[in-house]
Amino acid sequence: MRYRYFPGCTLKGQAKSMEDTTMAAATALGIELVELDEWQCCGAVYPLYEDELISLLSPVRTLAAAEGEPLVSLCAACHHVLKRSQELMQRSEDARKKVTDFLEVDYSGEGRVLHFLEVLRDDLGFDKLAEMIKKPLEGRKIAAYYGCLLLRPSKVMQFDDPENPTIMEDLIKALGAEVVKSPYRTECCGAYLSVTEEGVARDTVARILDSARKSGAEAIITACPLCRYNLENCADEDGREPIKVYYFSELLAEAMGLQFKQLMSAALERRHSSYDDHKR
Amino acid sequence: MTTTSDKSRLIDDMKMQSGQDPAECYQCAKCSAACPVTAAMDLLPHQVIRYLQMGLEEDLLKSKTPWICASCFTCAARCPRDLDLARIMEGIRLSLLRRREGNKFGPADLTPEQLEKLPQQALVSGFRKYNK
Repeated sequence: MRYRYFPGCTLKGQAKSMEDTTMAAATALGIELVELDEWQCCGAVYPLYEDELISLLSPVRTLAAAEGEPLVSLCAACHHVLKRSQELMQRSEDARKKVTDFLEVDYSGEGRVLHFLEVLRDDLGFDKLAEMIKKPLEGRKIAAYYGCLLLRPSKVMQFDDPENPTIMEDLIKALGAEVVKSPYRTECCGAYLSVTEEGVARDTVARILDSARKSGAEAIITACPLCRYNLENCADEDGREPIKVYYFSELLAEAMGLQFKQLMSAALERRHSSYDDHKR
Repeated sequence: MTTTSDKSRLIDDMKMQSGQDPAECYQCAKCSAACPVTAAMDLLPHQVIRYLQMGLEEDLLKSKTPWICASCFTCAARCPRDLDLARIMEGIRLSLLRRREGNKFGPADLTPEQLEKLPQQALVSGFRKYNK
């Protein structure tokens, strides 16, 4: 299974561990993720006014660069921006013409735009994944935290049921852990308000963590670097045992029995190959 | 300064660019029940639409609410009239930002500690939402 891979800015920075663990797991699962050349930041937010075409240049350039092959990303925000930009390119002939003319690229809106979780569910299959788990996370009580960007708007994202999603719980099950369902798993963490209005993010995070704690979770998984940052940095634990926050891929790599050495060699190999690309 | 013609343009622009017509709303307030950040707002989400229906644009441009909205899209997911309030909030923000009157946040507002710890995604999305 071969996919083009769009990392996005945070996956090379604060969320490096999501990339490293995903790459190691993908290699072991026979999923080839080929990083796009000369990619650039997706813009992190999808422009909600349809004449803000300038914000679409970067995501549409990325969509076109996939050359019709399935395009995979890991960051929930990147996936959201790419998926919604594709939907606009398919829906609006006028927007597509303006953006592709400016970029001087051909893009008709084709190609699958996927989050890596969808690859695991739809292309590999969670049953198959479960068979490949070497160190099941037995007895671990894990809650899924979806946040906003993967689920909404559901008509465009088509990721899962927006009010009652199951994809992350199905992953947790496949990894051999105990699924904990927490009522606030689809609520917003406060997003970038942690930068401008930290008090607001502290409120939203407190509700999410309290809900997970009351449900009996010892850890939470997420696919969004900003959700993770907020859940870790805007939490008021009052001396209680903090709930651990992982990227879904970190637990995936752990359950697949991938050791630190394999993670690092996958990471190094990629750095070398991108360095070679750079020299060319 | 907001001139009269700017004001009357807000609703027209919004209908055109966001595809959302505030007149569609029947004020059930599900959006306000769904919104996770109403505690910090001076107008509740359904009141923002009511203000638009009543043409009180000047009050909306002064309101804190559009800047508290984090575009989580929960309001739109729950709306029985299929209105996308997140787009309407973006319209109010843009009507100020595009006149370069209201940049709320920029790189100079960040502390060195924030720069060290914040994920890149937070910086890019914050700058995109609060700056032109």
